[in-house]
Amino acid sequence: MRLTACDAAARTLGLVPGMTLTDAQARVPELAVADADPAADQQWLERIADACDRFTPLVEAEPPDGLILDMTGGLHLFGGETALIAQVEARMRRWASHVHLAMAATPEGARALARFQTVPVADEAAALRRLPVAALELEADALRDLRRAGLKTIADLADRPAAPLAARFGAALIDRLDRLLGRSDSRIVPRRTAPALVLERRFAEPIATVEAAMAVIGDLAREAAQVLAERHRGGRRFVARLYRTDGHVIELAVESGLPLRDPPRIARLFAEGVGALADPIDPGFGFDMIRLAVPRDEPLAAAQLALEGGEAREEAVAALIDRLSARVGRERVRRFVPRDSHIPEQAALALPAIDLATPASWPAPEPGEPPLRPIRLFDPPQLVEVIAGLPDGPPQRFRWRRILHEVARAEGPERIGGQWWRRAPGDPGLARDYYRVEDVRGRRFWLFRHGLYGEGARDPRWYVHGLFA
Amino acid sequence: MVDSLRLIRRRIALIERRGPLAGAGDPACWPTGHSALDWALGGGLPCGRLHELLAESGEAGSGSGFAAMLAYLLGGEWLWLSEERAWRQAGALSATGLAAIGFDPARLILALLPDATAVLRAAVDGLRCPALGGVLIELTGDPRALDLTASRRLVLAAEKSGVSAILLRLDGQAAPSAAQTRWRVTAAPSVPLAAGAPGRPAWDLELLRQRGRPAGGIWRVEWDYEQGRLRDWYERDGTALPGAVAPAAADRSAGAGTTLHHAG
Repeated sequence: MRLTACDAAARTLGLVPGMTLTDAQARVPELAVADADPAADQQWLERIADACDRFTPLVEAEPPDGLILDMTGGLHLFGGETALIAQVEARMRRWASHVHLAMAATPEGARALARFQTVPVADEAAALRRLPVAALELEADALRDLRRAGLKTIADLADRPAAPLAARFGAALIDRLDRLLGRSDSRIVPRRTAPALVLERRFAEPIATVEAAMAVIGDLAREAAQVLAERHRGGRRFVARLYRTDGHVIELAVESGLPLRDPPRIARLFAEGVGALADPIDPGFGFDMIRLAVPRDEPLAAAQLALEGGEAREEAVAALIDRLSARVGRERVRRFVPRDSHIPEQAALALPAIDLATPASWPAPEPGEPPLRPIRLFDPPQLVEVIAGLPDGPPQRFRWRRILHEVARAEGPERIGGQWWRRAPGDPGLARDYYRVEDVRGRRFWLFRHGLYGEGARDPRWYVHGLFA
Repeated sequence: MVDSLRLIRRRIALIERRGPLAGAGDPACWPTGHSALDWALGGGLPCGRLHELLAESGEAGSGSGFAAMLAYLLGGEWLWLSEERAWRQAGALSATGLAAIGFDPARLILALLPDATAVLRAAVDGLRCPALGGVLIELTGDPRALDLTASRRLVLAAEKSGVSAILLRLDGQAAPSAAQTRWRVTAAPSVPLAAGAPGRPAWDLELLRQRGRPAGGIWRVEWDYEQGRLRDWYERDGTALPGAVAPAAADRSAGAGTTLHHAG
């Protein structure tokens, strides 16, 4: 067992991560030890990253304990660099006891300063030059080579010409050095892509009730509708984030099947979403910021005239699907989509209706034929007990759900084989022989025999797969 | 002659995917094609009303088939709301099965909800959307949420918007409700095809109750989806047997049902 992390007091006593537990306890007998929980650490980091969303949507998490925020273009919102750093530090102190902050022109530079800087220096370039070469985060061998060559700080590397360094230590070194010093640009990979439209309201006095928060969301929806109208676009997905003063973030997301920018409808979808939550929203000590984002939008022409009622009807049905999906969940409201499969239970899929704007087309039944597929299908097929069976046909009598059925008419077999192309060669799987069966009372069943007589150790079983109309 | 004209009009309307035209107070009627049944209904199925169907869960195929047929006749896009328990007992609705009896599954929006209260709430929402053709509610047993008040709420919403409602109750007991018509659906032996194969869907329909009109009557029918109409089971070669059904006169009270005896 090894140590994964030590606090400052432990470090002063000479303990480092990677040391075995027994060694550590030998040096410091009164050591307090807790189990490492990487999953909980990751969650903790994710929550802090969520809370940092109030500063910028572009946040990259670096497990186990780092975050990079891209503040390009957003400094003026917080009153300049110094004010921003003060706010970020104040927030971070609620979550962690030790916070190392740094700001630089590139992500690598900022990371290096935060992790390796020991003496605060006002000028960014000078601070970067004072860093040790370990700040480049190269492989251990490369770092050792650099130290042996007498290059101990970034300044040593920065002043030399690039070509001999690249030849001696590899091009990766020069690449990283450039990014660290800001000579070449690089971007972070944010956790979430920046949405197309973001509107927010900040409150000096945090708002304490959920109703007031919903009213603010309604106002933001009106503003968003104006911006979307100018761009001739409508939103497909709307996300409202409520930022509590203690750093907790509550997120509400609603979706729409067709592009939408009508404020009352957006507000109503959010109301349905709030009503459908398992636990009511807890404002805590209040929300000090509310943000409405439109992550997904699509072109939407200026208000369409409902000439024949055709367009309006489609929209009305889409609005109903949106409302029901917001209330019960998008997975519960579905439409059927045909699939090309000979296996009966896979011949049609039921997919979320909010994703399907255009209805699918189904093949019409053959004239003169009775229905060949049942209107209800059991999943999984239900076992029946055969009382009087024939080797070549459906049973004459069978028991299903404790009722004895006497077969009057039958048609079949329709053989539906397994997907032999998915099985090991030489093992074709059991085929199903389907029969359309009607009992003396008129109840029609779709029975199948799983396998053939004589094949396998015991007699094949019979199942009822569906009920006909 | 009048029948076929109505049939042609309705087929054109379905092709154009228009819903029925609802007048104020007097609902449009869609004829089923079975003359005795249409006569008992006063012309045909009224739209914008609640129709209740009772069927056993072991005969859920017949119940669903008749419900789908009613939805087909009433036209438009339908919202099919089911309680999860109903699907566990009676099997899931199959799109291929619906297509096989002539009902285009693209006209259906399906919602599977955890309990009867959620189903009824969603039903009221659906009935308030005039763009739909109808809402089909599938429940099992006798849920407490389905009482007279709930059915009145459904009826009011349906009448206001002109959207029809069908309430399919598997293993349900008849209870006071505000439905326009109440039916009991049981499976009937089908007209056999060649080599004794089971034929088209056939049902015994009993009209248990009708608001404002005499109830009673059992008909054995077969669903002919090519023509989109119900046929009398005893109708062979297009000619109905004389005296197969005794129509109830307007002044006679309800309960004048006819029972059909069949051989075998």
